Amino acid sequence: MQYTWNWNVFWQAAPDGSGAYLGWLIAGLGWTLGAALSAWIIALALGATVGTLRTTPMTWVVRLGNAYVELFRNIPLLVQMFLWYFVLPELLPNALGDAMKQMVPPWASFWPAVLCLGFYTSARVAEQVRAGIQSLPRGQGMAATAVGLTLPQAYRYVLLPQALRIILPPLTSEFMNIIKNSSVALTIGLVELTARARAMQEFSFQVFEAFTAATVIYVLVTLVVVFGMRYLERRVAVPGLISAGGAPMAGH
Amino acid sequence: MFSGFDFDVIGRSLPYLFREGMTFTLTLTAMAMAGGIVFGTLLAMMRLSRYRVLQIPAGAYVNLMRSVPLVLVIFWFYFLVPYIGAWAIGAKQPIQVGAFWSSVITFTMFEAAYYAEIMRAGIQSVPRGQVWAGYALGLNYWQTMGQVVLPQAFRNMLPVLLTQTIILFQDTSLVYVLSITDFLGAAAKVAQRDGRLVEMYLFVAVVYFIISFSLSATVKRLQQRIAIVR
Repeated sequence: MQYTWNWNVFWQAAPDGSGAYLGWLIAGLGWTLGAALSAWIIALALGATVGTLRTTPMTWVVRLGNAYVELFRNIPLLVQMFLWYFVLPELLPNALGDAMKQMVPPWASFWPAVLCLGFYTSARVAEQVRAGIQSLPRGQGMAATAVGLTLPQAYRYVLLPQALRIILPPLTSEFMNIIKNSSVALTIGLVELTARARAMQEFSFQVFEAFTAATVIYVLVTLVVVFGMRYLERRVAVPGLISAGGAPMAGH
Repeated sequence: MFSGFDFDVIGRSLPYLFREGMTFTLTLTAMAMAGGIVFGTLLAMMRLSRYRVLQIPAGAYVNLMRSVPLVLVIFWFYFLVPYIGAWAIGAKQPIQVGAFWSSVITFTMFEAAYYAEIMRAGIQSVPRGQVWAGYALGLNYWQTMGQVVLPQAFRNMLPVLLTQTIILFQDTSLVYVLSITDFLGAAAKVAQRDGRLVEMYLFVAVVYFIISFSLSATVKRLQQRIAIVR
């Protein structure tokens, strides 16, 4: 094995004069978290809405919701990324498309990446929300309407508060997925953590140090998310309400 | 809306897209699935074994792989495999590994972690009494696993394993970051050569959608059939 290790590389000056390589990685982490958190807001809002609508008695709304989920689940994330970045500006009215293309560099790839990750994850969140609501005993919804609640009230006060607690563990893994998936945005030029590690490797030739550092940072972020969500689960737990044991799910 | 577009470019590049690109994508998917399920099952058996020396490394491997993005793993293996290969055969210099084998190894190792979690649930879904019955009949560990537990575990987990394979099929598009000519890579090359990004990427999206959608519909039907038999 002929590889010269140099763990001091993180303190060496990066070629763009912005400081040390470690600073590069931390800036990359910032963009990773920024993109993931902004996309998570879209994913939760859209996912909860679509997922809830898919459990209503309105047939055509359910069909529309199903089509939405299938559309975003059956196209690879990378292809969706290209659709948002390359294709969408061409299909929009000229003024809007040009405005998208002329955004200042980090934002021109940041916003398409956020929209892409948000919509992609919203389909997966919608699937979880639907499963969560349908896992509740049917009597819950019936009892709610029987005591005189309207359908929106039944969802607001009876079904959703229980369903959202049940799906907290799968939502944790979706949140981790969105952080990991944000690395796909490097293909449209967003310089997030993985892209920074790759650039550091290209400039410093220290392949394994750069990737080890990125790996360690991702693992630390995962640990923080897992412990944070466990704390949240304990905080919102209702005594006596049994949480559903997670069935194995395919996914990333 | 599509007036300025030239959809002929798709027809012209069809042979290249499918003969070169889709063949690569499907071969990679099939090999990574086979390798991933075998290695994943071994990892699951290690995690469920009585011995700490097997449990801990398998658990660490699975958790590590699952907390790192696939793109980073692709980069890792792309640079690491030549060194591991050199170490394995005792060569002085890092050996040359082609893009194809590099991606087969990457996806096998990465997906194995996800298949392992599925198989762990599958093995645990087989009642413990079956294992005891196997031992009581005088079977050893490998016989009990191979002839009693695993066949049932595979059967129970078949829909989830196939769903994971559909995800693997979609994920192989990420070899794009190594400039490999898979289905998306082939389309991207044509798109950039002819300046036809919109047409090509829309076509790629439609093809991926049709394949993944029909596969997941098949899995859904299979799931219902299995559910009825039980």
